[in-house]
Amino acid sequence: MFARKDLLGLRDLSEDEIMTILETAKIMKEKIDNPSLRSDELKKSSIVTMFYENSTRTRMSFMLAGDYLGAMVKDLGVATSSVNKGESLIDTGKTLDQMGINVMIIRHRMTGAADVLARNVNASVINAGDGSNEHPTQALLDLFTIMDYKKHFDGLNVTILGDISHSRVARSNAFGLTKLGANVTLAGPSTLISGSMRSLGVDVTSDIKGAIANADVIMGLRIQFERQKNMPFPGLREYSSLFGINAETLKSAKKDVLIMHPGPVNRGVELATEVVDGKNSVINIQVKNGVAVRMAILKLLTDANR
Amino acid sequence: MKLLIKGGRVIDPANGVDSVKDVLVNGGSIELVDDNISSEADEVIDAAGKWVVPGLIDLHVHLREPGYERKETIKTGSMAAAAGGFTTICAMPNTNPVTDNEIVVEYIKLKAEREAAVNVLPIGAITKGQNGEELADIGRMAAVGACALSEDGKSVENAALMKTALKYAGMFALPVFDHCEDKLLAGKGQINAGDRAALLGLKGISCDSEEVIVSRDMILAQSVGAPIHLCHISTAGSVELIRQAKERGVKVTAEATPHHFTLSEEDITEYDANFKMNPPLRSKKDVEAIKQALKDNIIEVIATDHAPHHIDEKNCEFENAANGIIGLETALPLAITELVEGGWLTEYELVEKMSANPARILGRSDIGNLSVGSRADITVIDPDREYCIDKEKMYSKGKNTPFHGRRVKGIAACTIVGGRVAAEYGRLR
Repeated sequence: MFARKDLLGLRDLSEDEIMTILETAKIMKEKIDNPSLRSDELKKSSIVTMFYENSTRTRMSFMLAGDYLGAMVKDLGVATSSVNKGESLIDTGKTLDQMGINVMIIRHRMTGAADVLARNVNASVINAGDGSNEHPTQALLDLFTIMDYKKHFDGLNVTILGDISHSRVARSNAFGLTKLGANVTLAGPSTLISGSMRSLGVDVTSDIKGAIANADVIMGLRIQFERQKNMPFPGLREYSSLFGINAETLKSAKKDVLIMHPGPVNRGVELATEVVDGKNSVINIQVKNGVAVRMAILKLLTDANR
Repeated sequence: MKLLIKGGRVIDPANGVDSVKDVLVNGGSIELVDDNISSEADEVIDAAGKWVVPGLIDLHVHLREPGYERKETIKTGSMAAAAGGFTTICAMPNTNPVTDNEIVVEYIKLKAEREAAVNVLPIGAITKGQNGEELADIGRMAAVGACALSEDGKSVENAALMKTALKYAGMFALPVFDHCEDKLLAGKGQINAGDRAALLGLKGISCDSEEVIVSRDMILAQSVGAPIHLCHISTAGSVELIRQAKERGVKVTAEATPHHFTLSEEDITEYDANFKMNPPLRSKKDVEAIKQALKDNIIEVIATDHAPHHIDEKNCEFENAANGIIGLETALPLAITELVEGGWLTEYELVEKMSANPARILGRSDIGNLSVGSRADITVIDPDREYCIDKEKMYSKGKNTPFHGRRVKGIAACTIVGGRVAAEYGRLR
């Protein structure tokens, strides 16, 4: 059963709802590989992507997911829209609402932006990343990928490594994985993790070796401090030598550990090239699964709000 | 015009009075406070079962005029004050233009004389344009009646300039009201750095961003031998620093707002900007520390930080939303409910923190007391009236309050300003 207007985050999804999405995504994945299975299930639905922040894979993934289901998909070119004339998010949302949009997919640099939009429009709202809060579709595709390889979540050790304190991917995964019974460890330099994340039911550590040793899954996160004034660590060279994963550090990990990354990867920083392209890496599979999961979400939300 | 207030419990901390008495007002001043006054009067107010206290004084109010009249005006803000039991309010200088010269001070005084329902005392900025670069026209503002100096909304970043300001203001006996916040430490924080921020994915504002400046500015005040008044203290750490400073003889006073002793970060509902303020709502431990500090008189003043905003400035992305909530029409009931009913303060102590102490900080002997000859600014409080706070009934233009619908006890039954009844039970006469 899936009876929501919006998908804003994993924080308030139930275990059942998450599993419904993952099961539906299984069916959807076949349609990506086999065009003859595609149908026009969402033929009468209109979808708009509203990306207030840059993105390649999330936006393309959503647009293709809509296309594969036969929906009409439009992109609000934020850079060329009335947003530049100072139109508020709420007013933009209400305007699109009047044009008959069924689903609005929003990415925004501010936490809670998707929530504000959802409260003010009739359309279904999908959060494609809001500030440092949540990125639910990324976490759901990560969960789908983990389920595909590991078959279960209960007792699974998942280590998320990198810039935790600013990461909506880490947060959404933490919410989802803990609900499904996995043990989550957030690891990174002390300036990029926050002890208060423990209140979400996860471990927080700067002991990278320990965090890698028992992991069934290692998820790297992109480090993006190239141009910051108050760098939370001395530089990328020091970061990669102390906190990066390479072939050497991977020797202490489990043989069948899954290496994941939401992309785009800084090769040689959080993950060495040999790890990105190595046999444990499922980074490219994640991208395909992303389309499947987003198809599932579009289908479930549209069915629930017909 | 004579006004006789009969049979109330007169609480007048400045004179050490707490007993049932009558109060006789003649014209604009208090004529007599005694048992059973039998003088003729034009109006008799039956105050049996009520408290008769000096008109409440709020050291920290944003009236928004000039410049932001869509949020609030001197007229509407002062009406809210009268409805809430306040007879004197101090207007913060973050107006547009900034209140940093005598012309704007005079403008506010003129508008207040024409339109205000209560006494309005303008506060001048510490630096020109609140830019933190050079001193505002402090002496000229003092000459035309600025009641204090403040850079409210931020701290003076340059410690040397802040030290100069404290020393210079002392020459005019102008108190300095200090907003304590290190901007770089606060960063892009939205709510208290803690479990709630972790849950909601909002960036946190750490307690150290307040405490670093509390500590710095008390040291500076001590260094130049000047008094300093710390605005809206929100953390247990700040309380401890103030306690220590008092012990070593720093002339420091401090205020707390009703929201900081009533609400904690745990009350923040999802992305509702009516819970966004600066300093932010802190942890439960901090709230306890603030209440204990009020009890121990480490914090001597309750002030509202009344910060009205237009609905468009609150109904938006949390990060884009303006800081602050309205407070003039909710402060008294919240203080009675949380502090007196909650067992933290006696009635006498509460009245002291809302009248006598703020008057003392302002250096005013004609308000904040019920002495014969003082201004007839008097608030009659009905401590037993129970009701739900209703933002739609408020006079403030701002409806930005997290307290709508909250059940409280206590109300200003009658607000008397300069010998005239301005408001009764939340309604203007």
